[in-house]
Amino acid sequence: MEKYVIEMLNIRKEFPGIVANNNINLQVKKGEIHALLGENGAGKSTLMNVLFGLYQPEKGEIRVRGEKIKITNPNVANELGIGMVHQHFMLVEPFTVAQNIILGSEPTKGAGYVDIKQAEKEIKELSDRYGLSVDPSAKVRDISVGMQQRAEILKTLYRGAEVIILDEPTAVLTPQEILELISIMRNLTKEGISIILITHKLKEIMEVCDRVTVIRKGEGIDTVNVKDTNVDDLAALMVGRQVNFKTEKTPAKPKEAILSIKDLQVKDARQAMMVKGLNLAVRAGEIVGIAGIDGNGQSELIEAITGLRKSESGEIKLNSKTITNLSPRKVTESGVAHIPQDRHKFGLVLDYPIAENIVLQTYYKKPFSKNKVLSFKAIYEHADKLIKDFDVRTPSPKTKARALSGGNQQKAIIAREVDRSPDLLIAAQPTRGLDVGAIETIHRRLIEERDKGRAVLLVSFELDEVMNVSDRIAVMFDGQIVAEVKPEETNEQELGLLMAGSSKEKARQKAGEEK
Amino acid sequence: MMENKKLNILIPILSVLLGFLVGAIVMLAFGYNPIEGYAALFQGAFGSMYNIGESIRRTIPLVLSGLAIAFAFRSGLFNIGAEGQVFVGWFAAVWVGVAFDLPAIIHIPLAILAAAVAGALWAFVPGILKATRGVHEVVVTIMMNYIALHTTNYLIRTLLSDGGSQSERIANSAWLATPGLQEMFGYSQIHWGFIVSIIFAVFVWFFLEKTTYGYELRAVGFNPHAAKYSGMSVKRNIVLAMLISGGLAGIGGAMEGIGTFGYMYTHGAFTNLGFDGIAVALLGANTAPGVVLAAFLFGALKVGALSMPPLSGVPAELVEIVIAMIIFFVAASYMIRLVIMRFKKEEN
Repeated sequence: MEKYVIEMLNIRKEFPGIVANNNINLQVKKGEIHALLGENGAGKSTLMNVLFGLYQPEKGEIRVRGEKIKITNPNVANELGIGMVHQHFMLVEPFTVAQNIILGSEPTKGAGYVDIKQAEKEIKELSDRYGLSVDPSAKVRDISVGMQQRAEILKTLYRGAEVIILDEPTAVLTPQEILELISIMRNLTKEGISIILITHKLKEIMEVCDRVTVIRKGEGIDTVNVKDTNVDDLAALMVGRQVNFKTEKTPAKPKEAILSIKDLQVKDARQAMMVKGLNLAVRAGEIVGIAGIDGNGQSELIEAITGLRKSESGEIKLNSKTITNLSPRKVTESGVAHIPQDRHKFGLVLDYPIAENIVLQTYYKKPFSKNKVLSFKAIYEHADKLIKDFDVRTPSPKTKARALSGGNQQKAIIAREVDRSPDLLIAAQPTRGLDVGAIETIHRRLIEERDKGRAVLLVSFELDEVMNVSDRIAVMFDGQIVAEVKPEETNEQELGLLMAGSSKEKARQKAGEEK
Repeated sequence: MMENKKLNILIPILSVLLGFLVGAIVMLAFGYNPIEGYAALFQGAFGSMYNIGESIRRTIPLVLSGLAIAFAFRSGLFNIGAEGQVFVGWFAAVWVGVAFDLPAIIHIPLAILAAAVAGALWAFVPGILKATRGVHEVVVTIMMNYIALHTTNYLIRTLLSDGGSQSERIANSAWLATPGLQEMFGYSQIHWGFIVSIIFAVFVWFFLEKTTYGYELRAVGFNPHAAKYSGMSVKRNIVLAMLISGGLAGIGGAMEGIGTFGYMYTHGAFTNLGFDGIAVALLGANTAPGVVLAAFLFGALKVGALSMPPLSGVPAELVEIVIAMIIFFVAASYMIRLVIMRFKKEEN
């Protein structure tokens, strides 16, 4: 039997102006879990798109089971037994799992009649064989994110995949779901299936992978056995320098309450009550982290505070002044800064130059405009200063925000928000999609703001982040704060259970047992 | 970045050249001589002072309807209703021209103002519906076009004439043309509206690029979510954009009313001034200087087309093919971009 199922040798892929992949080698053995590690923009996705037939490499060769081949499009990849589970699922929500899985290769009987019963049977067998426990007749919109992901995995298996590419699979999962996924990955490899895991999370690699290929800035750096390495070495390989994981910070010295929320109720766009009588206080000089699974009312809570969404009842006070249902501009002017969860949708006008993005909330004030006429001189001078102070890497302040990397876009937003010297800084998923280096910088900035005596409210779906940065953790479940814990007195298991709705006592007990 | 700016200028120019190239191929295919055809076209557009005057006259309303569309586009709105706004603007200007007797220095601005208000009101309806109820502006503006067409026809028959198909002539004090100017351009129909259109082109450029209003409008156009996040009122900006866009189109109508014709007649169909404005805005990349140039190109083409049959035997409709191809190539700019990139790569 040949040693490698997939070999990508000396792959080079260029785009106008940049070399996305240069001389990268990736060799995947049968039945192994192989991690592809690199920062955002390192070229992981490009490499996988080459393997999946979406891009043609300029140089290099691909061998599948020892045979040199050209993968001209994704159908060829599918026929070769290569399947991909994208980070954003490709599922039709009102369809059942089975309907989604057979989409594009429907088994038919006679004159185009889709034999869904037969398909469901086959899918059930597959699901049982790999321990996926997916109900083929359930509608996708009714099942959890974790099960949707397993449906995607089933889809690749149904099409005969022997190599499955998983793109950042844990980004959307709860800690418990991650454990399940890990055991599924092990089941798959036992059956001889190979997995390529695209990730930048080092802990996951250490836990489940056999080998890891590191790429940095488009160059293949090294392939190492996981058992011969450790988190610090991997991080150094990925970033190219030593990385400090534990965010350094002194204990908080909280003072008076800045933000206090009482019995807040907020509905979402579909008129469903998402925040159900929430109470929360954030004091000057502390970082309160809200832990919770996406969709438990965090977005609605932030939108209500910042004036982007009307609250139904309850009260939001800033410095003992009521700001409930004020307009976003009034809220901003009363001292709230907001790093939005979706920086492309809310945080930036991507087609504006970075300088004009920096004055997004202050353009109407002096010196940026006088008598309604913009003063570009003042705007650009201001941008020059913030770009320097916050180390935003941009060719020029005239560069469109779109052209910057995610980390630099986020640094520009933080520069803008922090520069207004707000009393309250709301940071929603501030490091989503960013690489290790940028995460470090942003966490440091949040702590600096805290040390300047500002109240910081951090909302994150990453438990590591909540535990590392916060001084106090408020767990949000089903529209309420169900528990408040200190980061040094809790652990991931306990938080995970609280986030899933367990009571504090139960969670503590259960987390203890699991240890 | 600079690359991109260069491309934005290069693409319309290339599209125009390619449009003419396709026109030449069509002429060849049907047995016409493209050189003769284009010579006739050029002759018709610029051959004499008369032809130049006509080309400019044809350009004037296109500049304004083009600005109207471009202004809405930049704010993220598709104002297909420029057509209807031209109608009500034309009507309002003529009504002021007929109903009052004032010194020219007041009469002309008043007629233009009336046209702007009429156009703005016509655009206000889709604007407010979009802002408050989320009704798509394209649907409402298309309906408003028909309402404008038939309402103005009715008012011409009842208010501006006794059942006739044409209004009275406006008072001389409201007339934008002067015999001296027309004489200079070989007794063509040229009028001072070209100055009006340049003034509004400068206004649109300044308003969009240099003021806080323009900053807000463009932000709303690019990304309404970010605009709302940063404290701008998306609703107010949508209404404002439609008001100004409609006002510009209304003034475009006034140019016909108190400039070219001096009266209004009942229309059996749309003038196409508003619809051509879409093409003008597209070719002009939604910028004020671009719109002026694109309007001049289209104005000259349309006037030049009239000379093609007598001078070369080529049907005037060929120009419509050329215009359509230009628009096609602008719309397919992605393709052109790709080709340019490829050439660049080979150079390196």
